[in-house]
Amino acid sequence: MIARLDMERLQTDVAIVGGGIVGGSAALFLTRMGFSVALLERDWCGAKASGVNYGGVRRQGRPPEQLPLSQRAHALWGRLPELIGIEGEYVRSGHLKLARSEADLASLVAYNKKVAEFGLGLEIVAGADFRARYPVLGDRAVGGSLCPEDGHANPRIVSPAFARAAARLGAVVREQTPVDHVERTGDGFLLRCTHVGGNSLEVRARVLLNCSGAWSGRLAESFGEPVPLSSAHPCMAVTEPIARFLDVNIGVEGGGVYGRQVERGNVVIGGGRGFALDADRARPARNAVLTLMGEAVDLFPELRHAHVIRTWTGVEGYTPDRNPIIGPSATTPGLFHAFGFSGAGFQIGPAVGEALAELVRDGRSSAPLDAFRITRFAGVDQAPGIPAPAGH
Amino acid sequence: MSPAHVTSFRPVIVGAGPAGVRAAETLVAAGLRPLVIDEAARWGGQIYRQPPEGFQRTKRALYGFEAGKADALHRAMADILPGVDYRPRSLVWNIEAGALDVTCNGGSEGGRSETVPFSHLILAPGATDRVLPFPGWTTPGVFTLGGSQVALKFQGCAVGSRVLFLGTGPLLYLVAYQYAKAGAEVAGVLDTAGFADQARAVPGMLRDPATFAKGLYYVGWLRARGVPIHSGVRPVRVEGDGRVEALVWQRNGREERTACDALAFGLGLRPETQLADLAGCRFRFDAMDRAWVPERTPAGRTSVPGVYVAGDGAGIAGADAAEMAGERAALALLEDIGRPFDAARVAHLEQRLAAAARFRRALTGAFPFPADWAASVPDDTPVCRCEEVTAGTLRQAARVGEAPEINRLKALTRVGMGRCQGRMCGAAATELLAQALGTGPDGVGRLRGQPPIKPLPFSAGIRDEEKAS
Repeated sequence: MIARLDMERLQTDVAIVGGGIVGGSAALFLTRMGFSVALLERDWCGAKASGVNYGGVRRQGRPPEQLPLSQRAHALWGRLPELIGIEGEYVRSGHLKLARSEADLASLVAYNKKVAEFGLGLEIVAGADFRARYPVLGDRAVGGSLCPEDGHANPRIVSPAFARAAARLGAVVREQTPVDHVERTGDGFLLRCTHVGGNSLEVRARVLLNCSGAWSGRLAESFGEPVPLSSAHPCMAVTEPIARFLDVNIGVEGGGVYGRQVERGNVVIGGGRGFALDADRARPARNAVLTLMGEAVDLFPELRHAHVIRTWTGVEGYTPDRNPIIGPSATTPGLFHAFGFSGAGFQIGPAVGEALAELVRDGRSSAPLDAFRITRFAGVDQAPGIPAPAGH
Repeated sequence: MSPAHVTSFRPVIVGAGPAGVRAAETLVAAGLRPLVIDEAARWGGQIYRQPPEGFQRTKRALYGFEAGKADALHRAMADILPGVDYRPRSLVWNIEAGALDVTCNGGSEGGRSETVPFSHLILAPGATDRVLPFPGWTTPGVFTLGGSQVALKFQGCAVGSRVLFLGTGPLLYLVAYQYAKAGAEVAGVLDTAGFADQARAVPGMLRDPATFAKGLYYVGWLRARGVPIHSGVRPVRVEGDGRVEALVWQRNGREERTACDALAFGLGLRPETQLADLAGCRFRFDAMDRAWVPERTPAGRTSVPGVYVAGDGAGIAGADAAEMAGERAALALLEDIGRPFDAARVAHLEQRLAAAARFRRALTGAFPFPADWAASVPDDTPVCRCEEVTAGTLRQAARVGEAPEINRLKALTRVGMGRCQGRMCGAAATELLAQALGTGPDGVGRLRGQPPIKPLPFSAGIRDEEKAS
């Protein structure tokens, strides 16, 4: 009997579903540890939420339970060229979270106290000092909290580069390859995939990582652990290049508009929501775009004469408590999850990949993951409605 | 987001060129009152673009042989103005949930955005020049053919005092003729098509003897005035520091140099399809246009009920065909809402549209796309001038296998991410990617449409004070 020519079979230590920044970095760290890895991506690596997010590389504003991972990610971002071979337009511009009222300023001060032990280097700037340091913001804020080593990067090129770096080290990376079927077998997992070109692929792996972003819920559910994950579509826009006026990544306490200006002068702004075209695609909503533009020009009058040349959004998975799910399955040995980053996965992604690799190798991660266990939603069986925008 | 629910019948036409005006005329004749939205200050489209009011030149001087058609179209719209809601200087920048988003004041600063629901939509957005870059094409003084013609028709100015024309297609000879008639010195007409292409295409073009004769007339007229005309030309480079001084070109491997202070170039037209994309229309690849166009029936119906396309925006067919297609789409709309319509007129229009399509096939043969361009453009030539992406960057991304598809190429290289959103550079990027991958332009996918389809000024944004009110 001759084997079908269009059926390929792979046997690896680890199979990863999803080639975003989390799956890509997991593939990279696992490969560096010597594991054989197959990374399966339905679209292109880093083309979904990992590649179309705002590009904030930000620790400030995260809840304390995320900060150990976020701090590790900060160190990894500092070694980006060594890890993935490119600079990725990463700059430590500083992240300034604005307070537009005394109450918001008090809330920033409280946050600073709460996270003091993690050493983010936060600095409250207010009053005359604020106006002297940020004349461009005028009196549109009473002060802010600066995280000097936070910054921004270009997600379109950074996120795909993780999978690419893993491939250079020997990981098998298959794009345009949706997974049709997954099952637990005696000693691991069996995955059946069909490349969009029609060829079939069968992967057997001892360990399975579920890193498929907004689409992760299905895989988790197929292993008997449904998660109240919902999809939302953060709305972003960019201007043509204009004279540099903003050298820090700006967010606003309490949510709303956020903005950064890239090296060549384009201003990237975000806020509000898009809408789903179907399960895989989304488009910015008109009211979100127009509201975002109005809020952005109120905050940055420099945009008065500028144009929005492009808007976009993506499909991102949100959990009810806005914390991700990271760690072992509660039902299935050898299965690990990492998804539900709720609009804040880009900065932390590389450290999540590293933590997953440690989980596979050692059975435990050196960063605490308790807050992210999947069982915390046991009994929560309904996905919430569209969540409000997260603060940036 | 609140989807705009249309509770009443509201036909909207986007574009007031040959297709849009004839569509409006047909609806008005049936007793309907369409809303006509147009980017220009006055109706006529690009081909019959009207000069600003008070402008002195005659239609004969502005439109040449086409003066009669231009005049008829202008009058048709003038006659129905009381029966339409007409919004000039307005940009439709988005379509969402059965409504258009429109900025007034030409989309320039100060324009507010308004959401305009429609029940039926006829899209007649026209076309732009198709541009393939070559060394020096971003030098000041290099214009598109269509742009050069607009400067002449709309502003009464020439793009230079000694203008060289390069490219292919009927527009090449027409604009050169119009420039010479207007008093500009025409340094030459350089056709990328070969003489053999044109000879082969003669039988097909004789299907429309009047148009064919006009083409011959322009060529003869230009030759009689000593304008050098060459076929089978390929551009080598623009010379000039800060301003065009000459074009170096080659034919049969021999280089020549023509001095000029402006260069007008274009390789046919490409349809404007972003609005059909945002409306959710299904697309198909058109081998003649080498572009994706909305699927449509001969009547102009798209895959989305109530959305129709007509004119060059639905696939390049020229102004005469656009007038017929606009009328045909409006008749389809009338049929779809159960109004009486002239079935004999429908049959007549479809017959003539089919003939126009056959003529268009012959024209494509006479002025073929220079398929060797993608292989020949040097690596350091900028393809996307907004984002400064070169041909070499695109080839590199294709070569290492990272970009097997046009949207991926855009994500990784920024091509098409600038002000034009790929309207200008998309055709070139597609051809380059296809060539690098050893496939055709149909094999690399289609750039996804995103709002805004043209740059949107911040004045369109909703401010706090408005939200409060």
